[in-house]
Amino acid sequence: MTTDFGAPDDLHHDLDDSGGSAGGAVPYDRDDPFAGLDRRKFIGYVLAGSTLVVAADIASARPARGAVPSPPQVPEIYDLEDLQTDSALPTSLFITVKITKTGRAQFALPRTEVGQGIVTSTTMILAEELDLPMSKIDVTLAPARPELLLNQLTGGSNSTFSTYTPIRVAAAIARQKLLEAAAIQLGTTVDRLFTTGGIVSDNLGNQLTYGELSVGAASQVVRAVEVVLRPKEKFKVIGRPRNRTDARAAVTGAKKFTTDLKVPNALPTMVCRAPTHGGTPKRLKNRAAILKMPGVTHVAQVPTGIAVRAKTFGQCIDAIRKMQVDWNPGPVAKESDATVLAKLRKAELPLVVPDVPVLAQTVNTNFAFAFRSSAALEPYAAIADVRKDRATIWAGLKVPILAQQRVAEAIGLPQGKVKVNVITGGGSFGHKLFGDHAIEAARISKAMKVPVKLMWHRADEPRQGRLHPMATTRTRATILGNQVLSFEQRHTSVTTDFSHGLGEMITSQADELDPIGLGGFTFAQSIFTLTQELPYNFGVVTQLLNEPLEFEDKFSTGSMRNIYSPDVCVAAELTIDQIAKKMGKDPLQLRLELIKNDRVKAALEKVATMGRWGRKMPAGMAQGVALHKEYKGCTAVLVEIDCRPQTVNRKLGPETVTGPRVTKAVIAVDAGLVINPRGLEAQMQGGFMDGLALTLTSSCHLKDGRFLEASWDNYFYTRQWNVPPQVEVHIMRSDSKTPGGAGEAAVGSSAAAVACAYARATKKVPAFFPINHGKVSFKPKSFVPPVPPSPTNGLKKTR
Amino acid sequence: MPKQTFILNGKTVTLNVADNVRLLWVLRDLLGVTGPKYGCGINVCKACTSHINGKAFNPCSVRVGDLKKKDRVTTIEGLAKTAPGDLHPMQQAWIDFDVAQCGYCQPGQIMAAVALVKKVRREGRGIRDSDLDSIRNICRCGTYVRIREAIEAGARRMR
Repeated sequence: MTTDFGAPDDLHHDLDDSGGSAGGAVPYDRDDPFAGLDRRKFIGYVLAGSTLVVAADIASARPARGAVPSPPQVPEIYDLEDLQTDSALPTSLFITVKITKTGRAQFALPRTEVGQGIVTSTTMILAEELDLPMSKIDVTLAPARPELLLNQLTGGSNSTFSTYTPIRVAAAIARQKLLEAAAIQLGTTVDRLFTTGGIVSDNLGNQLTYGELSVGAASQVVRAVEVVLRPKEKFKVIGRPRNRTDARAAVTGAKKFTTDLKVPNALPTMVCRAPTHGGTPKRLKNRAAILKMPGVTHVAQVPTGIAVRAKTFGQCIDAIRKMQVDWNPGPVAKESDATVLAKLRKAELPLVVPDVPVLAQTVNTNFAFAFRSSAALEPYAAIADVRKDRATIWAGLKVPILAQQRVAEAIGLPQGKVKVNVITGGGSFGHKLFGDHAIEAARISKAMKVPVKLMWHRADEPRQGRLHPMATTRTRATILGNQVLSFEQRHTSVTTDFSHGLGEMITSQADELDPIGLGGFTFAQSIFTLTQELPYNFGVVTQLLNEPLEFEDKFSTGSMRNIYSPDVCVAAELTIDQIAKKMGKDPLQLRLELIKNDRVKAALEKVATMGRWGRKMPAGMAQGVALHKEYKGCTAVLVEIDCRPQTVNRKLGPETVTGPRVTKAVIAVDAGLVINPRGLEAQMQGGFMDGLALTLTSSCHLKDGRFLEASWDNYFYTRQWNVPPQVEVHIMRSDSKTPGGAGEAAVGSSAAAVACAYARATKKVPAFFPINHGKVSFKPKSFVPPVPPSPTNGLKKTR
Repeated sequence: MPKQTFILNGKTVTLNVADNVRLLWVLRDLLGVTGPKYGCGINVCKACTSHINGKAFNPCSVRVGDLKKKDRVTTIEGLAKTAPGDLHPMQQAWIDFDVAQCGYCQPGQIMAAVALVKKVRREGRGIRDSDLDSIRNICRCGTYVRIREAIEAGARRMR
C-alpha cells in the first residue's frame, strides 16, 4: 500500500520545525503581521476558576454564510454539515479548556470516540493553538450534558467540522491568558514573549511553565475576550500525520470498553430474545428452574425479552438456552425479503418523463438493496445501576442526551437524576446513535433492583438489532447525442429510524430550512435531500425518497454509515456507466466531461492516473471508477476486480465466502483542511472495506419475520481474504480553511466503484445488492433457543 | 466447586469455578483480564484470540476444566513479557503503523499475528500473502490493510 500525503508543502507552508530560539514560536498579539482577512477576531470567554479555565462560543466562531441561493440541488449550499453545525449554535459556550497546575490542558469533548479518531484530531487542534505537546493534553468524552442539546450528537461525519473553530478559539484564549500572566510576572509585555512546548519564554532566558502560570492566569469572574487564531500557514501540528493517542492502550489490552469496566456488583446480564424480529415475551415458563442454574442470580421480564443476570456471561448464555418462553410474534412476522421488496416496488414514486426532444434516448436502471446490519464488533453493551431516586449508566452512546431522556422515561425518574457516562465505543457505524442498550440495561436494573452489566449476544445483533433498511432505486436518464438532458432517481426504502436526534435537529432548524423548501418534508426526506448531490451536469435532476408509511415502526432500523448514500451512489454510478455505453464513451471520459466541480474532477483525475485507468486486463477482470460528493468534500475510487471462475470459486475452507476479488483500490479524497492525514487515510481504508462488503457480500435475509444471520460466519463483512492486496489512498491538496467530513466519505464511492467494475467484468449489471444475496450459503442457527451453544473444541483448533 | 489451576501470563492462578465455564468468562468476568474480547462466543470472530503454550487459541471455546495445571495461557496483557523490551515487536509494529481504529479487535489481531509468524517459522518459511489472507480475525472498522503491513514489519523484528 502506498500513502500519498503529498509533499510536505501540500499540507503546510514554510514550516520551521527547528525548535531553536524563536523557531515555531509565533508571538501573535494585536500587532501580528499576519492579521488580515483570515485573521478574523473571535470572541471567547475566561471563566471563573482556581486555575485558568476558558470557553468558546461556537456562534461567534463560525464563518458567516452567504444568502441562500435558489437551488439546483440543496447540498451545494446547505448540506447536512451546515444543518448540524447550525443546530449546535446556541449552547456552545460550554466548550471549555482548563489548564491545570501541572501544566496539562483538559478538555471534555462533547462527542463520542468510536474508533474514528476524533480524540486524536481534537488533541492535535488543541496542541496547535496552545503550543503544548500532545502528551500534555487530556481529551476525555463528556458525559451527557442536557444543556448542550444538539451539540452532543456524533454523526453525519460532522464532529471535526463543527468543533474545529470553537476548540481553537478556546485554546487560543488560554494561550493568550497564559502569555498575559507571564508578562505580569516577568515585568514585560506580551509581544516580547513566545510559547513553545508548554513554556512561556522571553529573549533574556526567563521561562515559566503553563503549570506555573495556571493560577495567575485564572479569573474570578467570567469575562469575554477577543482572540485571533493561528493562520493556516503557521500550523505545526494540524495537517501532519500523527498516530492515535490511544494506540498504546489499544495494543496492550489496556483500552477499556463498556464490558471491561469494573462497576461494583454489576454482574453479567444477557437477554433471551424472540425468534421473530421485534417479537416480545409473554412469559417465562420455567423461571424457578432457571434461577437454580449455576451462577444465576436474577431473572426478569422486560419489554424486549427475558433478562438473566449471572456470575459470568457464559452462565447467562447457558440459562438463555434453557429458557422456555411464550412469545408474541413481532410486527413483521409475516414478511420475507420478497414481500417487503414487492411492497417497496409498489410504493415507488413515478418517474416523470421530462419534456425532451423526440430523438432523445432513455437509460433505465432499477436496483434493490438488502437489509444490512450496522452492528459493530463490540455488541450493544451498557452498565446500569438504577436506584430508587437516581440512576447511573455507562455506555458507548453517540447521542447521550437522548439516551438520558429515554432512560429517564423508561424507569420513571427525572432526567436530571440519570447520570450518563459516555464510554469509548468498539465501533459504531451508526449503531450507537441509538440508546437501545442503555435503555434496556436500565429497565433490567430497575426490575432486578441490582446493578447490571448488559451485553447483547452476537446472534441478537443481526436478528433484533438496528438494520440498514431494504431499499430500491429506480433511475431514468435521457440523453441526446453527447448530452444528458435529465436524470431522475426514485429511492424507496423501508422507514429509516431517525429518532436518535437528527430529526430533532431538523425540527429546530425548520425556520432556516424553509427558504430552501424543506419545510414540508419528513425527517427522512429532509436528510435525504440534504445529503444527496449528483456532482454531474445532468440537466434536469430530481432525486426523491419515499419511505412508505406501512413500514413505520415495523423494523428496527437506523443510519448505517453514510445513511442513504451508498445505495444511491451505486445506482447513480452504474447508471452513468450505462449512459456512457449508450453514447459509446469511456466511463471515465464521460464523467470528466460532465463533472461540475473542479475539486471533484481533480480527485477523479488522480485515481485515473494513479490507477492507470484503461490498462488492458484479461477477460473476467475489469476496472471500475466512481465518485461521491458529500460532507464538504469528495472521494473518487478506482478498483480492479477479478471475476474469473478460478478466483470466484477459490476454496479457502468452511465458513469462508470468497467470490469476486477486488485486487486493487485507489482512493482519492478531498476532505478540505486535513487535521490528521494518517487518521483520514485510516477512515478511507475502513470506509472502502464497508463499501466492498455492501456491494459483494454483507446482508441480512428476512424469512417469515426472522433474520437468518446470527454471527460473523453468516453476516459476511469484509475479511482478510476479500481485502484488495493493493490499496492506495491519495489525499488531495486543498485550499479550504475548514475540515470536511471523513468518517463516511469513502463508503458510497467505494461501493459504487466495485459495482461498476463487477458489471464491466461480468458484462452483466446486477439488479440486487449485495451480489451474493440470492443464495443463502449457510445453515441458519437456531431461533429457539435464540443463541448458539458455546463450543468446547477450542483446544483442538490451536494454530 | 472444582478448583482450577493454570498458568496465566507467567503466574499460576487457582480459582474455584465449574469445569464447563468457558475460559473467556473465567478470564474476563472472574479474573478481570479484559484484553481478550467477546465478539461472537462461537470461535468465529477471533476477538478473544490468546495463546496456549505458545499457539493461538480462542478461550470462548475452551472449558476451563479442560486446562491442565502446566498449561501456559498468555493474553494480550502478558504478551510484552514474552519478548525483550517494553513491548512485543508486534505491538510496536501495530503502534508504528497506527493500525487500531476502535481497537476492540486489536488484542486478538496481535495475538493471532504473533502466532502466525511463529507457525510459518516452524514450517521454515516466511509470511506469504496467502497466510495473511487466511487470518480470520474480523475488524469491523476495516483496518485490514494496516494489519497486513504491521504483521510483515513485526515479523521482521521478531527474533
